[in-house]
Amino acid sequence: MNTIAIEVVTPERLVYRGEARIVVARGVEGDLGILPNHIPLVTPLKIAPVVVKKANEGQEETIAVSGGVMEVRKEKITILAETAELPDTIDVDRALRAKERAERRLAESGQEDFDFKRAQLALQRAIMRLSVAQKGR
Amino acid sequence: MAGGGIREIKQRIKSVQSTSQITKAMKMMAAAKLRRSQERAEASRPYAEKMRDVVMSIAAGTGGSKHPMLQARPVKKTGYVIITSDRGFAGGYNGNLLRMLTKSIKERHTSKDQYTIIVLGGKGYNFLSKREHPIAESEVGLSDTPNYGDIKDIARKAVNLFAEGEIDELYLVYNKFISAISQEPTEVRLLPLASVEKAENAPTYDFEPSAEEVLADLLPKYAETLIFSALLDAKASEQGARMTAMGSATDNANEMIEKYTLIYNRARQAAITQEISEIVSGASALE
Repeated sequence: MNTIAIEVVTPERLVYRGEARIVVARGVEGDLGILPNHIPLVTPLKIAPVVVKKANEGQEETIAVSGGVMEVRKEKITILAETAELPDTIDVDRALRAKERAERRLAESGQEDFDFKRAQLALQRAIMRLSVAQKGR
Repeated sequence: MAGGGIREIKQRIKSVQSTSQITKAMKMMAAAKLRRSQERAEASRPYAEKMRDVVMSIAAGTGGSKHPMLQARPVKKTGYVIITSDRGFAGGYNGNLLRMLTKSIKERHTSKDQYTIIVLGGKGYNFLSKREHPIAESEVGLSDTPNYGDIKDIARKAVNLFAEGEIDELYLVYNKFISAISQEPTEVRLLPLASVEKAENAPTYDFEPSAEEVLADLLPKYAETLIFSALLDAKASEQGARMTAMGSATDNANEMIEKYTLIYNRARQAAITQEISEIVSGASALE
């Protein structure tokens, strides 16, 4: 079966490298399913999990990606992300604390505030991490 | 030299010995940290390179994009990002760098309104704030193995200063890592981004939502990545400089110990000779 290589890199290190049947990611314009031989494409990603479906039926890997940009070439996908974590490397306690903190800030600060936006993003990240961690269990 | 001098020399030897133990330990720690820093710098390279590739091919593909980060504009105010260390004992690491910065400031600017500085590292902060240079942002106490998250905020602020028109160009001043024994104070212009050349064999991409918007998302990230890469490079340089400085400090200490040991032995011998001659002359006086 046709596969496409995928790499997820952060400024610190290479997080994931593998072969995929299909890669599902959430771009700013909506969800994308990338199959092998996709036309070259660049799009920023939303704060969302990226799902890599492997060649073996039923096997998949979920990666928590934030601040990402996806570059697609015919034979290879590269995701450049500010942070990217596999389920088993996610610190669930920390994500929970971050979620509570973000929720508290959202409740306190007024809308349109700079802090409000930051807290919103923090909340999104925390929720994504938690859901990825849960799925990986 | 009398008996009192001997004790002093002995104390001196002891103190130099303990200094050399410290410098030797610091040298070994720096060597270990250098290896770690180099590994980190190495690990960050794929991201930075990929980022450059993508930015280059987009910028080239859109045919001289009008994005403000790619366009030079008349310079009214300049920003400097300088990366220094938090700890000393690294030879000329900070001194050379700060000298270079003050020199180029003196050459380029006539008043303090014409530039602003973003400082990383306590040494630079102390030096520059004492001399009353305008400091826009600062970050001290960075770890030896910094994460992207540690400097994301300050890097973003630096890039925003440019994006919002507060400054019209941004320089990055840091010690470039050449080898463990050689580091070079370097000044590079970060923004506006240098002329972009299309990377070879780069495909023509589709963009979602549009090339301009993707570029607007990517360029600040790219600039932040460059700052982060420079930081990792600077950290490796710091450890290299410290290793060299502590190595030569240890050598000097050993040399000193040798010298003092020789003086000590001579003094000891002189004292013994004197004692013997005193005893002999005392005995001969009794006869």
